[in-house]
Amino acid sequence: MEHGSLTDLRSSTFSLTDEDHTLANSARFALNKDPRVEFCGYSIPHPSDNRVNIRVQTTGDPAKEVFKDALQDLMVMCQHVRGTFDKAVVDFRESEHDKEMKIDS
Amino acid sequence: MPRLSALDMPDVPKAQLPPHLEQQRTRVSCKSDAPLHTEGIQYSGAYASMGVDNSLRLDSFSKNFRVEVVRLTEDEIEFDMIGIDASLANAFRRILIAELPTMAIEKVLIANNTSVVQDEVLAQRLGLIPIEADPRLFEYVSENDTAHEKNTIVFKLDVRCKKDDGRIKAKSSELKWLPGGSELQMASTNSNPSTNPNAKPKTYTSFNCRQDSLPEFSHKPLRPKYGDITIAVLGAGQAIDLEVHAVKGVGRTHAKWSPVATAWYRMLPEVVLTQEVEDGKAEELVSKCPVNVFDIEDIGEGRKKAVVARPRACTLCRECIREKHWEECVDLRRVRDHFIFTIESTGALPPEVLFTEAVKILEQKCERIIAELS
Repeated sequence: MEHGSLTDLRSSTFSLTDEDHTLANSARFALNKDPRVEFCGYSIPHPSDNRVNIRVQTTGDPAKEVFKDALQDLMVMCQHVRGTFDKAVVDFRESEHDKEMKIDS
Repeated sequence: MPRLSALDMPDVPKAQLPPHLEQQRTRVSCKSDAPLHTEGIQYSGAYASMGVDNSLRLDSFSKNFRVEVVRLTEDEIEFDMIGIDASLANAFRRILIAELPTMAIEKVLIANNTSVVQDEVLAQRLGLIPIEADPRLFEYVSENDTAHEKNTIVFKLDVRCKKDDGRIKAKSSELKWLPGGSELQMASTNSNPSTNPNAKPKTYTSFNCRQDSLPEFSHKPLRPKYGDITIAVLGAGQAIDLEVHAVKGVGRTHAKWSPVATAWYRMLPEVVLTQEVEDGKAEELVSKCPVNVFDIEDIGEGRKKAVVARPRACTLCRECIREKHWEECVDLRRVRDHFIFTIESTGALPPEVLFTEAVKILEQKCERIIAELS
């Protein structure tokens, strides 16, 4: 759900249900790292509600598009993390295997 | 005179921060009284006045991000994750603990329990037993949903201690898998055996087929991961007869569904000797450290100096800088974007699979929000 004004698209508050610090803090990081963002922060209005509010103010672009781009960046980073991790595990297994072979011979 | 931007002045370093700011950006300093510069600088324009771009560039992230596996066993992994922000590392940790699903015992149908362990305590103990079942093969039980072969695993526990057995222990290995579903008959009020004598008696589950006829379980029976967990101790003549139903859930609801014993990270410690520490002082420094971070090196002519040999072992107890004047020689820091990540699996999935699944969940979260906004 998005709270913004119709006349000024540069600033919006996004209210996300069923999310917590896990996504909000990562999104805040990605948003703050975007040069188009003037201000970004998040809050959890009440700990019993499964809801976070993310505030985005930009220097000119629509806040919604900037927020979407930030999430897209996060996804690309996650995919890269997964790929790198999988490769590191395979490499580690191979090197362990080589070590065992050397001990045997 | 030609116009000159302040950024083009010869004394302004290009794309490079002065060393003290670079250290603030990449390190957390640990002083004897308190840590310094704990919060990372996220704002993209933080160093704009110095011509340094602090924004996120995906290509440079991809280039600099590294993972190095340190230890990998059946149920534990330790790896270094280098070049990532704490917010993402923490997101992965939080997802591992609270949002990755596993199968755990949720319902306990007690037919008989004459042991000294009360029913509710017994049920609580049973819930915490890790089940060796891949949660990806199961569905969540939604409200008003019946228990069927795709969302429920049924086990039976029937132990009794004979009069002359003394005392016996009921172990988790005695939980027997019932691939055909529940064997307990429901006490129905309106059933009249005379109307339909051939009807199958109604049980607490409605399986359409036997679970062991499904290809994913036929080669590998479902069972508790560890067979040596004591469920209860039975005295002579006591007995437990019950049936348990395991369902899929997440750690946020109850810790029994958490797939990790624990998952944590620490930032890489960095120990720097800012002055030469020699002879007697070197000996003193080595003996100060409880985890042997420092070693002594001979520098000839019978002189010795202290060197940092094992910075990774440092627990940042700050014992070495506690006394006066030591802070001038030893600088304790932590590398802000280097995480030593450890995952201890409870056994449902191997630890390396858990991590990739956690990353996938964060991706799904982003995907969901993007879809909702479009």
